[in-house]
Amino acid sequence: MEKILEVKDLKVSFQVYGGEVQAVRGINFDLYKGETLAVVGESGSGKSVLNQTIMKLIPMPPGKITGGQILFHGQDIVKKTDKEMEKIRGKEISMIFQDPMTSLNPTMKVGHQIMEVLLKHQNMKSQQAKERAIELLRLVGIPMPEKRVNQYPHEFSGGMRQRAMIAIALAANPSLLIADEPTTALDVTIQAQILELMKDLQKKMDTSIIFITHDLGVVANVADRVAVMYAGQIVEIGTVDEIFYDPRHPYTWGLLASMPSLDSDHKSELAAIPGTPPDLTNPPKGDAFAARNQYAMAIDFEEEPPMFQISETHFAKTWLLHPDAPKVEPPEAVKRKMRKLSSTFDKPVLVKEGK
Amino acid sequence: MVKYISKRLLYMIVSLLLIITATFFLMRIAPGNPFTSEKKLPPEIEASLNEHYGLDKPWYVQYGDYLGRIVQWDFGPSFKYESRTVNDLINDGFPVSLALGLEAILFAVAVGIVLGVIAALRHNKWQDYTAMIVAVFGISVPSFIMATFLQYLFAIKLGLFPVARWETFSHTVLPALALGATPMAFIARLTRSSMLEVLSNDYIKTAKAKGLSRGAMIMKHTIRNALLPVVSYMGPLAAGIITGSFIIEKIFGIPGLGSHFVLSISNRDYTVIMGVTVFYSILLLVSILLVDIAYGLIDPRIKLAGGKKGE
Repeated sequence: MEKILEVKDLKVSFQVYGGEVQAVRGINFDLYKGETLAVVGESGSGKSVLNQTIMKLIPMPPGKITGGQILFHGQDIVKKTDKEMEKIRGKEISMIFQDPMTSLNPTMKVGHQIMEVLLKHQNMKSQQAKERAIELLRLVGIPMPEKRVNQYPHEFSGGMRQRAMIAIALAANPSLLIADEPTTALDVTIQAQILELMKDLQKKMDTSIIFITHDLGVVANVADRVAVMYAGQIVEIGTVDEIFYDPRHPYTWGLLASMPSLDSDHKSELAAIPGTPPDLTNPPKGDAFAARNQYAMAIDFEEEPPMFQISETHFAKTWLLHPDAPKVEPPEAVKRKMRKLSSTFDKPVLVKEGK
Repeated sequence: MVKYISKRLLYMIVSLLLIITATFFLMRIAPGNPFTSEKKLPPEIEASLNEHYGLDKPWYVQYGDYLGRIVQWDFGPSFKYESRTVNDLINDGFPVSLALGLEAILFAVAVGIVLGVIAALRHNKWQDYTAMIVAVFGISVPSFIMATFLQYLFAIKLGLFPVARWETFSHTVLPALALGATPMAFIARLTRSSMLEVLSNDYIKTAKAKGLSRGAMIMKHTIRNALLPVVSYMGPLAAGIITGSFIIEKIFGIPGLGSHFVLSISNRDYTVIMGVTVFYSILLLVSILLVDIAYGLIDPRIKLAGGKKGE
């Protein structure tokens, strides 16, 4: 499969009054053509910063890429100037934001906001661009696009605005679409529609998608692979099946256990991960998750865990996979769903030492 | 739209009536009358003057007469300037004040917006600080000091412009600068703060994510949305400035309308007080209406009530 994006040891930090916040602390992942990678993690885990960095949308300063590479079609985005980025943004990589209510300019016609992309990247004349905008609106399922193209965002409902955002994002046929919690601000029925639409369009256009969310239900619905982020690092990454049916990292266990399920009886309390994420101006020594981890061992407070490989596609960054670690049982809710996957290696292989 | 405007015109007439009534009675309550002076007039002469100007009639008759005349755009004769009517005073003074005022507004808007935009785009950099220092000066230096300073520097020291009088275009430059300095500073500060607010909006990020250049993003997505507060400030500002400023007109010797606002009151020149007040009120009400209409044009979310949707 063709690799379109390769992120290598990416580090991003923000200079703030209290010091330097290390929002992204050494991230590695690949993205293949036509696949959907979901990035999950709680608020403040660095998911949005990671993805805005891929488009270089973080404000610099105070933001700064302090290390690593982002190879997009083999070219390093980190080195690109603003002018060069203008040719990539919207054309090669585009983005859908969380809140469709505020992501469209209220004083500009929706059609015009779509046309901007076409005029900029496709060298279209304005008449041609308008026709294409109508076509795009039809493609994203907006009824009466000839009329809608001349309307303002406030005349659209929330779901329709998100459809319009998708039309803007896909206008120039980008090879990578970054969706930053595109369904969080929508109600459930609309969520399902938007997800269906995105899957549908992905099939038609063969776009790769990075899907940021903290809704694991959405993940199961759309993703091919999942990356779990915690405190600016990917702590576990694997296929959807691997993450849902054979998770290895205690943080992933915590996330899965705290997902309400239909078959849990009404007496059982909803599980939660205790504590709060660490302050990234001063990342803790050892494993950043150790303080909240009921399975934490002495070494977790001392040394950062290495990355272990569990299968061809499955990696987790926890000391629990070390040969000397004691055998622990994941929480009941997770264990119930666990199953043996055929692709799993006989034993975890250490691939990268922690620092 | 037509329905909306006719409704607004109706409201304007009601407000105008209230203003006229309030001014009329306040004026009568104030002690003294147009013929009060150091030298006491003989009672017979005062009585005949009163009779001549209709001041001997009961107040409700005077009030009724006055309303009747205003409807015909007749503000009556002046008490102080013999053989001149209030209409004459307005017709002579207003074109001068209007020309000066428009020039000042043009200066205030152009420079104010540019300063504000630069300050916002270079937020917390030296350009921002410079622009805001200029703005603070503009706001805190009173216009009579600004005027004399401009006269001293540009007219006397540098000899670039005439000191005073109202003749050619170059005579208008200094008074227009002096008159426009404060509004310019206000507009700069308003533009800056609303630009900063707009720049922090999500749709700016969307515009960036589309690959728009910084220039296109600012022109198309930022300035228009940031100008709304400036437009709402423009209404009262315009009415105030084009009716002239007493201070600026005195300092530069300009035969505008502004002095009548002040002098007519100390003269108890009843008809002039009424005339300029009504005239100013009409301008104010009209400019506020224009601002509201401009609002609807700039921001499509603001629907002018009364009109059918999408009209």
